[in-house]
Amino acid sequence: MAVIEARGLTYTYPEGEKPAIVDIDLSIERGEFVLLTGPSGCGKTTLCRCLNGLIPHFYGGDLEGELIVAGLGVREHETWELAQHVGMVFQNPENQLFSLTVEKDVAFGPENLGLPREEIKRRVDWALEMAGITHLRHRAPYELSGGQQQRVAIASTLAMKPEIMVLDEPTSFLDPLGAKRIFETVYDLNRRLGITIILVEHRLDLASVYADRVIVMSEGRIVLNGSPREVYTSKKAEALGVGIPKVVKLYQLLKEAGVPLSRVPLNPEEASNLLREVLKR
Amino acid sequence: MIEVEDVHYTYPNGIQALRGVSIRIRDGEFVAIMGENGAGKTTLVMHMNGLLKPTKGRVLVDGVDTRDVSVAQLSRKVGLVFQNPDNQFFCSTVEEEIAFALRNFGFSEELVKRRVAWALNLLNLTRYRERSPFTLSGGEKKRVALASVLAWNPEVLILDEPTIGQDFRQKEKLRQFILQLNSQGRTVIIVTHDVEFVADCDPAPRVVLMAGGRIIADGDARDVLTNLELVEKASLIPPQVSQVFHHLSDLGLPRNVVNIYDAQRVILERLGVRG
Amino acid sequence: MSIFEGFVFRRGDSPIHRLDPRVKFLYTVLMLVLAVMFSEMPILLILFLSQVPLVVAAGVQRSWAKTMRGSVFLALLIFFTNLATRWAYANFTLHPVYLEESVAMTLRFLTLVESFSVFSLTTSPDDLSLAMERVGIPYWFCFAFTTSIRLMPALARDAQTIINAQKSRGLELERGNFLRRVRNYIPILIPLIVTTIRRSLELAEAMESRAWGATENRTSLTELRMKTSDYITLALLSALLLVGVYVRLYVKIPRLVDLIPYAIKP
Repeated sequence: MAVIEARGLTYTYPEGEKPAIVDIDLSIERGEFVLLTGPSGCGKTTLCRCLNGLIPHFYGGDLEGELIVAGLGVREHETWELAQHVGMVFQNPENQLFSLTVEKDVAFGPENLGLPREEIKRRVDWALEMAGITHLRHRAPYELSGGQQQRVAIASTLAMKPEIMVLDEPTSFLDPLGAKRIFETVYDLNRRLGITIILVEHRLDLASVYADRVIVMSEGRIVLNGSPREVYTSKKAEALGVGIPKVVKLYQLLKEAGVPLSRVPLNPEEASNLLREVLKR
Repeated sequence: MIEVEDVHYTYPNGIQALRGVSIRIRDGEFVAIMGENGAGKTTLVMHMNGLLKPTKGRVLVDGVDTRDVSVAQLSRKVGLVFQNPDNQFFCSTVEEEIAFALRNFGFSEELVKRRVAWALNLLNLTRYRERSPFTLSGGEKKRVALASVLAWNPEVLILDEPTIGQDFRQKEKLRQFILQLNSQGRTVIIVTHDVEFVADCDPAPRVVLMAGGRIIADGDARDVLTNLELVEKASLIPPQVSQVFHHLSDLGLPRNVVNIYDAQRVILERLGVRG
Repeated sequence: MSIFEGFVFRRGDSPIHRLDPRVKFLYTVLMLVLAVMFSEMPILLILFLSQVPLVVAAGVQRSWAKTMRGSVFLALLIFFTNLATRWAYANFTLHPVYLEESVAMTLRFLTLVESFSVFSLTTSPDDLSLAMERVGIPYWFCFAFTTSIRLMPALARDAQTIINAQKSRGLELERGNFLRRVRNYIPILIPLIVTTIRRSLELAEAMESRAWGATENRTSLTELRMKTSDYITLALLSALLLVGVYVRLYVKIPRLVDLIPYAIKP
């Protein structure tokens, strides 16, 4: 059951000379974990903004084609409606937190919806627990580390009870361990709650192991769309300068030198097991 | 040469960022200062151009105590490129932006013109000369920031988290550029938590690991980044290749492998031996 | 800039913190009214000193002390202006009474700073925003108010980063004549404005993504409820007001100089 459906989606920003995304055809099933990547300027952020209605409602501009998210057409429904189905986590932790306590920040969305107080409390408690930050409840967001702030942002979107969560380079400002924790939290939400995840990332070495699918964009178009292993070993990926995980590159180097591993590894543990087979022979 | 002698630094809000750091960086070295966010890396490099003065201990740049000279004077020798170019752009053209520091340092107008042209050319920005820096893309802005520092030709170049937000290609180009600058004799210091970026540098740089305001390791990248215990203490993730070789350590393979080319070579050698 | 320390909210769990913000605001207004009603030093001294226990009870002594220290300059300015005016008016003769009156005016100023400081230190902007909403101020204004408070530390950090970046490019903020110094702030102001605008746009995006504007009838996680302690405080404040009015109308307040045996008659 496709939860995101795009057909011929093309968009040009109001001051843009040419379209930022062109002819996007996309179908994403409920519960998938999709990794969206590509060189800077390829249109991945633009595509994300279409998913929750910021395009066209907040940005204006010229949107052609069709995009249906959780059964709602993005043109016909306001951002606040779509926000209840698509949660969005942005790159800069600081610029998506509003209140002086974590609790109030997580409550921000439900408050905007005018939900009764009891319901807001329930959602806040639940969201804090799902994101693993109940112990940070009364802290001030600006006191927290970048990683903790991002988890607050995740909890805040969770409180809207969305079916889909879009994360636009959420780990840009985080160090590797902080990034890993975010990916683990998001993966957990995907597995436990069945939330469809669209994760935009450059850090493919850390994120690939969680993804069901990898989509690569370039110059506004989707150029690769398949399982991580398929995409990383394709010739196009290399040509585009996608940050293919090192273990995959090692696999390719060895293959070229006549030493094939039985499978394409996506993380160091896998790679070492596969190498062990080869070396023990 | 930059000498940091038992430096302690506490921020006005009470946070102790450096707890007794000592390090010596010789001319022409390529050093990567690494650690998690908050380990003290940026605080340390801000002492090197005098922006911060130690609460205890001292910092000497070519024998001169940083407390005795101004930031402007130190910056002539030690150029610091900050993480976010948006925090420094204010001119109407890229040309003006690059000329700003040169004028501050008192260069003659003629020299300013020449240096600006040189810097633009070096970073492939000549066609953006008349453009407003605010209209450039993220990657282009980073190049302008770098050009504006290189324009005055500092002996030491410090880059604070140069890889954030950059895609693979941009990082490749940056790495090549840094290595080239270093091979020409310039001292290059990068502050980063991007382990793979450092692991791919050939020749391998000197890596200094920081954690909790202290230096916990200082040596060749191939030795430091493969010491998994230390890397973990610095809250970093070791290069994927190092992790692989760590898991295979019982097979007697060499441990100090950090990049895929060395890895390939080592594995092929081993297989060649075994027949 | 330490004068501002006493106006930034400090978290705590004292009885003062727990009072309803509307009650605390009324307390501040009452102090203002009383301080203006009286020009007599003994009364103003009482008003000033009586608030000190409140400061201690709230546990905010340090920040309050910083503000008091920061106010010294202004306080001295008020003192000497008052003294100089009276001295000049009396054909340049000096009487102890003038000292007393000047001290009184200074105390009035300090009392106001003090009460407003107690209010700010113990009231979180979130609660303040709630109180403002309850009073009828539209939510968007309250939100703008809280957000700007929330953003102040971020802005201060940005400003410092920008100053660092420009200093590293040879900008010297301390040198040059007045005009030069003012011009030297352009490389600081422009990036700050740009960064702030960018930050605002990102915040707006995030707000929209959390259903901002979904309905006119916004609800709230927390609510302001008047407790017994609030009603008692209200009663006390009302009593204090009545006492103040009575004293003003019917009681003659002695001047300190009259109580001192060796007073010199003007």
